[in-house]
Parts: sequence; C-alpha cells; structure tokens
Amino acid sequence: MSPTSPAFATATLADAAGREFLSPSGVEIVFVLVGVVVLGAAVLCVTSRQLVHAALYLVVALGGLAVQYLLLTAEFIAWVQVLIYLGSVVVLLLFGLMLTRAPIGRSPDADSRNRPVALVVALAAAVTLVTLVVDAFRTTWIELDVPHGRSDALGESLFRYWVLPFEALSVLLLAALVGAIVISRTGRADSSAPSAGRSKDAEGER
Amino acid sequence: MHLVYPAVLAVLLFCVGLYGVLARRNAVLMLMSVELMLAAVSLNLVAFDVWTRDALHSGQVFTLFLIALAAAEIGIGLAIVLLVYRRRGTVAVDRLRALRETADGGPPHLDGGPPHLDSDPSSAEVPDGQAPDGAAAPVAPGQETTP
Repeated sequence: MSPTSPAFATATLADAAGREFLSPSGVEIVFVLVGVVVLGAAVLCVTSRQLVHAALYLVVALGGLAVQYLLLTAEFIAWVQVLIYLGSVVVLLLFGLMLTRAPIGRSPDADSRNRPVALVVALAAAVTLVTLVVDAFRTTWIELDVPHGRSDALGESLFRYWVLPFEALSVLLLAALVGAIVISRTGRADSSAPSAGRSKDAEGER
Repeated sequence: MHLVYPAVLAVLLFCVGLYGVLARRNAVLMLMSVELMLAAVSLNLVAFDVWTRDALHSGQVFTLFLIALAAAEIGIGLAIVLLVYRRRGTVAVDRLRALRETADGGPPHLDGGPPHLDSDPSSAEVPDGQAPDGAAAPVAPGQETTP
C-alpha cells in the first residue's frame, strides 16, 4: 500500500488510462451480480428458521464465493473451495444437524434473545468497515489481464517456499483428527472401538 | 476490476457472519456463521494477493491453509457439540450455564443443565426421558378440565 510499490504504480497508470468508478467492466458487473447472490444466501443462512435450509443456503453462499475466486483468476483456490467447503464442511454440518436431532420444520428457538443487540453490532461494524474500505481503496484497480493463481505457479511456490508451514499444517490436521476421535468416543470400558461406541450412542439417541 | 468490490463484499459477508454468531442459539448454526466469517477473510486474502501480484503467492497459499484450518475447526467443533448434546440433551448455547459467574462471586449455580455432570455417560438418555415428562405435566390439568 505504500506509494512506491509497483502495484500502486500500475493502478495509477490504469487510472490515468481512463477507467472510472461508475463505468464498470464486464467482470465487475458479473462480480456484483454474483456478490448479491452470495450476500442474499448468507443473510438467509443466518436468519432462516429451518435449520437444514440454513445449511443449504450456506452451500449457495460458498459456491458463489468459488465463482468470485474464478473471477479474480484464482482458479486453484476456487476448486479447493468447492472440494473442501462444499464437499466436506457442509456435509459435516448436515451430519451435525442430524445427530443433534434438528427439527425438520420451523424451529422457533433458533435465535436467542439478544437478536436486536446482534443486529445493532453487525450494522455498526458494517457501516464503519465499508466507509473505511471505500475511502481507503477508492483509486485502486486490480489488473486481471494476466492470471495470478494458476495451479502450476501456486504449487511451485507452495512446495518451494511454504513447505514448512504445509508440513506443520498436516501435523495439525492429524492432531485434530485424533482429538475429534478422543472427544467423541464414549468413556465406557466395554466399548473397545470408538466407531462401535458412536453407533451405539446414535441408536440410543433415536 | 476495482478493488472496492471484493473488499466491500468481504466486509459485508463478515458482518453477516458476525450477526449470525451473536444471534444464533443453536451451536451448529453458530459454527455455520463462523464459516461465513472465515470465507470472508479468504476472499479478502485472495483479492489482495491478486492486487499486489505477490511473487510468493502469500495470500493464496494462506487461503489454502485457512481452508484446511476451517475443516479441522469444524471437525473439532462438531465433536464438542455432539458431546455436549449427548451429556445435556441440548445444543442451545444460552442454556449451558454451568460455568457462569454469579454477581457476588459465589459458586455458580448448576441450574443450566441436568445435575449429572460427572456421572457416567450411561445416563445420557436421562434428559431425553425427562423432556417429554416436563412437557406433558402442564398439559395434564388442561385435559382434566376439558370434560
């Protein structure tokens, strides 16, 4: 963000090349349209009283975000988003909803009593941050002509410069897996296998 | 593309997630709102990485790490939520009051849940069995007055 950075120089050049804020390009129009879909799905996700519908609205929001990543030429991130978020995280959330016996229809107690306070806090944060962001990046453009974030370049930098955090992350995922198994197994002496204990408890909950 | 578009979208998405975390009562729905906030942060990271043309792809690599961390977080979080549901029979976060502090600094009241905190998990069906009884008790006088 310093004025001497090359990105700022290209941004000012593009600014001098005749781009204006009120004449959006095609990519910007598509970005705004998909962004409206993402925001609407997110709002429905946090306000819907039907719990399974909330999870499905989350699918729409995260899928729209993958489209936004594609528009920003970050294609590898987009496919990872589709695979991991839509493929595993939402399925885990649906399993969580079913295992906690979420009601199928409308549940009247999905929201707590401090809903007005939450609305005030969220609106205040939104107004403050939007004002700040628009004021800070008013004259900044992203150059999307050359794709930045292709899989080969990203993989090269990931396995050349970010190998140590990558390995640390794999150890963390292993620790999270072991921790989830330890948390969710029952403490009974006769349940030798955790899967047997879980299925037994799932039957008990039914 | 103007940088304001992804930045404003990320801000609004983050604030929607913030509202969800504060307003939701079901713990699984709270986890969904946390996912929305993390997705907003990821969008910001990718947009600024594409803007600065970072040679190391720092923002996008960190977004990959963030997605993996979100997967780990949702696994651990759902395991904890399922354990709470098995012990207490509820996932409403404002009913879990066993660790709250009272105003006079005294010991906390244990009225937030069933009193079998440290008992064996074999009594996990107790709140499930109690709930229909408590729901049926106010109905009984109404049925008596009907005839």
